[in-house]
Amino acid sequence: MAARPPLRYDADHTVEYEVVRHEPATAQTRAAMIFLAPAAGLISVFFLIPVLASLILSLTDFDIYAVASLGNARFVGAGNYIRLVHDPVFWKALVNTFYFALVGGPLTVAASLGAALLLSSKLVRWQGFFRTIYFAPFVTTLVAVAIVWKYLYHPQYGLLNFALGKIGVHPIDWLGDPHWAMPAIIVMSVWKNFGYNMLIFVAALQSVPQELYEAAELDGANAVKRFWHITVPMLGPALAFVGIVTMIGYFQLFSEPYVMTQGGPLRATTSVVLYMYEEGFRWWRMGFAASIAFVLFIIIAIATMIQRRFVKAEA
Amino acid sequence: MGAEGEVVQKLIPEFERRHPEVRVRIQQMPWTAAHEKLLTGFVGDATPDITQLGNTWVPEFQTLGALEPLGDLVRASKVIDSTDYFAGVWRTNVVDDTLYGVPWYVDTRLIYYRKDLLAAAGVTEPPRSWAAWREAMLKVQKAKKAKWGILLPTNEWGQVIALGLQKGAPLLSGGGRYGSFSDPKFAEAFHFYVSLYKDGIAPTVSSNEISNLFQEFEKGTFAMFISGPWQVGELRKRLPASMRDSWAAMPLPSPDGSNYPGASLAGGSSLSMFRASKHKKEAWALIEFLNEPEQQAKFAALTGDLPGRESAWKLAKLDADPQTRAFLTQLRNVEPTPKVPEWELIATRVFETVERVVRGRASEKDGLASLDADVGRILEKRRWLLAHR
Repeated sequence: MAARPPLRYDADHTVEYEVVRHEPATAQTRAAMIFLAPAAGLISVFFLIPVLASLILSLTDFDIYAVASLGNARFVGAGNYIRLVHDPVFWKALVNTFYFALVGGPLTVAASLGAALLLSSKLVRWQGFFRTIYFAPFVTTLVAVAIVWKYLYHPQYGLLNFALGKIGVHPIDWLGDPHWAMPAIIVMSVWKNFGYNMLIFVAALQSVPQELYEAAELDGANAVKRFWHITVPMLGPALAFVGIVTMIGYFQLFSEPYVMTQGGPLRATTSVVLYMYEEGFRWWRMGFAASIAFVLFIIIAIATMIQRRFVKAEA
Repeated sequence: MGAEGEVVQKLIPEFERRHPEVRVRIQQMPWTAAHEKLLTGFVGDATPDITQLGNTWVPEFQTLGALEPLGDLVRASKVIDSTDYFAGVWRTNVVDDTLYGVPWYVDTRLIYYRKDLLAAAGVTEPPRSWAAWREAMLKVQKAKKAKWGILLPTNEWGQVIALGLQKGAPLLSGGGRYGSFSDPKFAEAFHFYVSLYKDGIAPTVSSNEISNLFQEFEKGTFAMFISGPWQVGELRKRLPASMRDSWAAMPLPSPDGSNYPGASLAGGSSLSMFRASKHKKEAWALIEFLNEPEQQAKFAALTGDLPGRESAWKLAKLDADPQTRAFLTQLRNVEPTPKVPEWELIATRVFETVERVVRGRASEKDGLASLDADVGRILEKRRWLLAHR
C-alpha cells in the first residue's frame, strides 16, 4: 500500500477520514502477508520453482549424456512436444489412461455410492463392522494388494478362473491378454479404492434431512424417484469432491500396472505416468519425460475444469 | 551388490593382513538400487574408489567419463593375465579400444532342460543345430511329455539377441549410430525365434505371468528354459531330491550345427575404478587381489557365481561338475552386446517387436523396419555427440 499516492490536502474539507478508513486495511494486509509467507515460501520453493525448472527441462533434451556434461544438453524448443505427438507409445498410453479414468472413475464412484446407500439402510445390521471391512482395502499397501490379485487372476491356478470355470466360462488370461489386462486392473482398483469414497458418502448421507424423504414418500415418490430427486442433489458437493479427487488420482495411474504387468502385454496397460517414469528414471531421458509430465498436467487441469462446470450446471 | 556385496566381506581380512596400511570399507546395495546410486554418486562427486559394475553398464559409465582406463595397469600386472579370462567377457569391458574393467565373475545364458522328458521322447543327445533343437522340442510335445517345448518369456530380449549374434548379425551399424535389425542375418534369427511361438512350441507369456518357474518346470509345463548360472543353485534347492538328475544344462545350439556351441551373451560383473579415486594404487591392489585365482575360487564357492578366469574354475573344481560344465563350454563362445549406453533401451524395443509380431500386430518385415526406425531415433543424440566430438 506504500505505493498509493499521498492524499491531497484540501483546505475546505479535511480528508483525514480517508486515512482512518484505510489504515486498518493496510495493517491487515501486512498481517496477512506475514501469515501467508511461510506457506507461500514453501509453495514457491517446493512447487513453483520445480515446476518452472521442469518446464525449462521439457524444452531441452537433457539425458544421461547431459549428466556427464551440461554441454551435452541441447535446447530443442517444442521438439519434445512435437515428438510426443508423433509417438505411438504416448498415444497408446494416453488412450489407456483415459480408458482407466473414464471407466474406472465412474465405476468407483458408483460402487462407493452403492455401498454407502446399503450401509445407511436401516435394514443392515453391524454397520460399523461392514464399514471397516469395506474400508480395509483402501488402507492396505498397494503392492501387497497387487500381488494377491495377481494370484487371483492367474490363468491356471487363480480363484477367479476357477469360479468362472464352475459356471462354464473358459479360462481367461486376465493379465496376459491385451484385451483383458486393463479391465482386470480397473476391477482391482475399484475394489481397492471404493472404501474411502464410501466413507465420505456415508457422512454426507447422514446430513440429508429425513423430513425430505418422509415428505416425498407422502407425495407418493417411490425409492428410485427419492434417490434421484433427493439423495443425488443433496449429495451434490460430496459427489463433486469424490468425482474430482478420484479422477485426478486415476489419471495418475502408475503403481497398479507397474507392479502387476509392467505396462504390458503389448503396452495395453502402459499409463502416461508409467511411460513418464520409464523415460525419466529408467532411461534418464529427463527432457522428454518432463514434457510428458506437462501434457499430463494440462489434461488433468482441463478435466477438472470440465467436471466442475458439469457439476455446477447440475446443481 | 546383492549377495556379492555381503560375501566379499569375508575375503577382505586377508587383503588387509597383506596390506596393513589399507582399510577397505564396503558399501552393500541391492541390485535394484545400484545403478541409480552409482549415477547419483557420480553427479554428487561421491563415487567410491572401486565398484562392481554389471558389464552392460560399462559403456554408460565410460560415456560419463567416470571410469579410469585400466589397460596399462593390466599390462604391468603380474596377477592379471588376460588370456586366462573368457575372451568374450573380457571384450565387454573394452570400449573404443580401452579397457575399463576386469571381469570378476561371469554369466551367460544357456538352456536348462528336462533330461528325463527328452529321453522319454527319444532325444538323448543335446541338439547341436537349430533344426535339431526345434525337432527335439516338437518331439517332446508330440510325445505329450511336456505341454510346451520351451519357455521364452515375451519380456526378455537375451534369447533372440543371442540367436542374432550367432548368425553374426551386426545389430547396430555405423559404429553404433543406427539400428540394423533388418539385416538378413538378424532377420533369419528373428524368423526362427518368432516361429517357435507361432508354431506353438513356446507359449506367449511374459515372465510376470509365471508365478513359479520351478514348479512349472517340475510339472513338465515346459521341457526347456533359457537362463543364467544362478538357476543351477536354485534348481538344486527347489526341485525334490528325486529330480536331481532329471535336469541338465546345455550350451546353445548353433544355426547349422558347425562351430558348436552357438554364441551366447557375455554377461557378469566387472571391477572398475573411478577416475575420481584418490587411492588408485591401493584400489588397484584390491582389484588384483580379488582377481587372484585362489580368491576367485573362494568367492565362487561362497556365492555360487562363476569365476571370470579359467584357472579359478579348475581350483573350484567347477569344470568337473556336469551341471556347471555346460557353462564352461558356453563361456568359451560368448559375444558382447553393442557397447552403447542406449543398449538396454534398444533391447526392450527388441522384445516389444517380437511380441508385436507374435501377436500378429505386424509382419516380420514391418516389425523389424519400424524397430530400426525407432532405434535410429533413440541413437540420434549419440550421432550428434559423435559428430561434435
